[in-house]
Amino acid sequence: MSWLHIAVLLPLISALLIPVLYRFYKRIHLGWFVLPIPFVLFIYFLSYIKPTMSGQYTEQSAAWMPQIGMNFDIYVDGLGLLFSLLITGIGSLVVLYSISYLSEKEQLGNFYCYLLIFMSAMLGVVLSDNLLVLYFFWELTSFSSFLLISFWRHKEKSLYGAMKSMMITVFGGLSLLGGFILLHQATGSWRIREIISQVSDIQSSPFFVLAMVFIILGAMTKSAQFPFYIWLPDAMEAPTPVSAYLHSATMVKAGIYLIARLTPIFAVSQGWIWTVTAFGLVTLFWGSLNATKQQDLKGILAFSTVSQLGMIMSMLGIGAVSYHFEGADSQLYVAAFSAAVFHLINHATFKGALFMITGAVDHATGTRDIKKLGGLMTIMPISFTLSIITSLSMAGVPPFNGFLSKEQFLESMITVTDSGIFNLSSIGLLLPIVAIVGSMFTFVYSFKFISEIFLGEYTPDKLPHKAHEASILMNISPTILATLVIAIGLFPSLVSAPFVEPAAKAIANVDTVHAEFHMWHGFTPAFFATLLIYIIGAVLLLTFNKWVPVLRKLPTAITLNHWYDQTGRYTPYYATQITRTYMTGFIRNNLVIIFFMMIAITFVTLIFVPFSLDFVKVSPVRLYEMISVITIIVAATMIMFARSRLFSIIMLSAVGYSMAIFFIFFNAPDLALTQFVVETISTALFLLCFYHLPNMSRYNETTSYKVGNVLISIGVGTVVTILGLIAYGNRHFESISSFYKEHVYDLAEGKNMVNVILVDFRGMDTLFESSVLGIAGMGIYTLIKLRAKHKNGYERVEKIEQAKK
Amino acid sequence: MEIVLIFVCGFLTSISVYLILSKSLIRIIIGTALLSHAANLFILTMGGLKTGRVPIYEKGVSNYVDPIPQALILTAIVISFAVTAFFLVLAFRSYKELGTDNVERMKGVPQDDDE
Repeated sequence: MSWLHIAVLLPLISALLIPVLYRFYKRIHLGWFVLPIPFVLFIYFLSYIKPTMSGQYTEQSAAWMPQIGMNFDIYVDGLGLLFSLLITGIGSLVVLYSISYLSEKEQLGNFYCYLLIFMSAMLGVVLSDNLLVLYFFWELTSFSSFLLISFWRHKEKSLYGAMKSMMITVFGGLSLLGGFILLHQATGSWRIREIISQVSDIQSSPFFVLAMVFIILGAMTKSAQFPFYIWLPDAMEAPTPVSAYLHSATMVKAGIYLIARLTPIFAVSQGWIWTVTAFGLVTLFWGSLNATKQQDLKGILAFSTVSQLGMIMSMLGIGAVSYHFEGADSQLYVAAFSAAVFHLINHATFKGALFMITGAVDHATGTRDIKKLGGLMTIMPISFTLSIITSLSMAGVPPFNGFLSKEQFLESMITVTDSGIFNLSSIGLLLPIVAIVGSMFTFVYSFKFISEIFLGEYTPDKLPHKAHEASILMNISPTILATLVIAIGLFPSLVSAPFVEPAAKAIANVDTVHAEFHMWHGFTPAFFATLLIYIIGAVLLLTFNKWVPVLRKLPTAITLNHWYDQTGRYTPYYATQITRTYMTGFIRNNLVIIFFMMIAITFVTLIFVPFSLDFVKVSPVRLYEMISVITIIVAATMIMFARSRLFSIIMLSAVGYSMAIFFIFFNAPDLALTQFVVETISTALFLLCFYHLPNMSRYNETTSYKVGNVLISIGVGTVVTILGLIAYGNRHFESISSFYKEHVYDLAEGKNMVNVILVDFRGMDTLFESSVLGIAGMGIYTLIKLRAKHKNGYERVEKIEQAKK
Repeated sequence: MEIVLIFVCGFLTSISVYLILSKSLIRIIIGTALLSHAANLFILTMGGLKTGRVPIYEKGVSNYVDPIPQALILTAIVISFAVTAFFLVLAFRSYKELGTDNVERMKGVPQDDDE
């Protein structure tokens, strides 16, 4: 254990203590006690900036389950550090914000417990060097986010959203585990750094493509990429601090982290580059298009997050092209990595602030519906200013930080079409086009976000509460974030040297990365693309009311949510249908399955396994034995056709006594004796129940029913016969009974071999056989003596019998 | 002789499977009783029916029939007797309680019919 381990586990440990504190001390809002935890961690992680900037990394290891290679290995490099700072930094702001957002009437103990578990899990994901531990924390984030989304458990929509996000992220998590196991199979190591150093083993292994598909699936579900984004808009039922934290800054970036972290393994593959880029761009386009038609503020932000995540993802895909070049050519594409990292930071700042502003508006007016909101500019001036800064940053307008990263994004999308590999020069031309179209819609919804809340007419009668400015406490966090938006926009070197360059270096295959971002590049293609985005975006804004209704009228049958819901509805339905086909509740049905399988498996085995028959030692047939055989056959057949119970009981005894006679013929006196006695007692028992038993009714067995039974019984009989013949015809070694025959007298002092075997050589069998008899006796006694004391006991049958008379 | 007895075992099994598949509880119990006879006969046959002396030790004799299958069958007879007896009483009781011995009708919890 080291300080790093403690840092990762600190929130988890406090998650145990904080609710206890809440239980006994309620005078001060619980959030104040939670606030120092992320803040201290943030300060602690700041101390790692210096070593990381100079290219060093820190490694710590602690044994957990060394036998399976699952050790708590922690590794801090530029990428891990950047994420840790985001998690703890935004975590502190979110906790601060939640103090004013959640009233003391809420179940604060639960809330902060879940939030701290989540924080630990997230730190674990980004700092683990061990794939198994990473997976452990990965599922812990799914689990804690499930708890956080369903925080208001009384709301049905919360439960639906929580369930949906759980189903989708756990599906991805399991696929991720599959991918990790394949990586381990290929390299024999669970440590990411060792795996990366043996990257050629993986690339030549047959698991390469499969592992890649599994890992991309896991990352795409977590990071809400197309088509798995559907859980994110429904997760907006969570309290707003949760949305700000999990669904904009941290958890949804876990998939991005994973893609970035494993890029050195998979970047050689054309499939990786194309999948990551194409799905990212489709997500960018689809998310921004859908964001324009949302009626709910958080809905807009959810789709906007989806779209921005797609943008980051596509840049990671483009960056992977750099692995196919060297030197200066490579640097050209590494720029996409630094743009991705840069936008990651920017997105966390402006999206976190936007969520918090939404929460403030919701708090002040009681609604998030854009049809009811409007004209709050003069009433909420601080929120208005903040949302102008952050929304314009989201839209990519100078001088805010979103402009810089968007410019870089367009730049890399355009540059990559010149690379000349993997069809990037032909089909790849589509990439910048989709990117530009997606950015146009981003521009539209960002402006819509401002105008719907703050511009237009103020309609107080539509609002549940009288609107007012949010409290100062509530505005602190978004103000800090908005300040960062401007600061990074004006001085990008604030983050580029300490964060972006080390993080990009961790992803890329080059030793030095120079990340520089400028407001003015000159008349580059990216500049004209931006200009095009502004112009067409403005046109789209002016004609907004003409095309958005068309979008809203799209049938639900083509939405992914519809298909998700249908799957959720019909899977249990069809599963039940299938189960009902064989779980009918009729005993005969189960017996038919058992017998049929017995017949089928035997015959299949007989076909595939050769056998021989050899009847050398067969004993001669004697006449009096044949008489017994005939008796048994006749009696058994009679049972089958018997109509009265007395006749069938007598026929059963006939079989039993014939058995006893057999035992005499074959020199088994003890058996014969026992068989006679037992048969007599059973017959007596049958006859005792005779009076009460119903007649041997056939209960209208149809012909097909009978034919089926006959076929199956003939089949089972044939199986027994064939197995008997084969078993008898293939003797492999002599019986061990010669030992008993020799030593029955000198070792056991007895002459009757059967009895000596029963009580001496194999006495244990007899002990438990006696127990069986005893238990059966007690069972019978219980059955007869202890009766259910309800009125319909015995009387029911008597009533029925009387009614028949 | 063994081959004849193996066929008898198969035949007895067929009859008992047919009975077990029927709807009446009594026929099912008779079927299980018959099945245990078939199994006992099968064990005896598989042990070999070579003619030999009764397995009671006498000095100077070594040609006995195999005692092990006999011991096994003896155990099996007692156990199957116990189980058959228990089944029989169970069938008797369930007929009394449920008013039917048709296994097709024995589904779910019996409803209280208040008349």
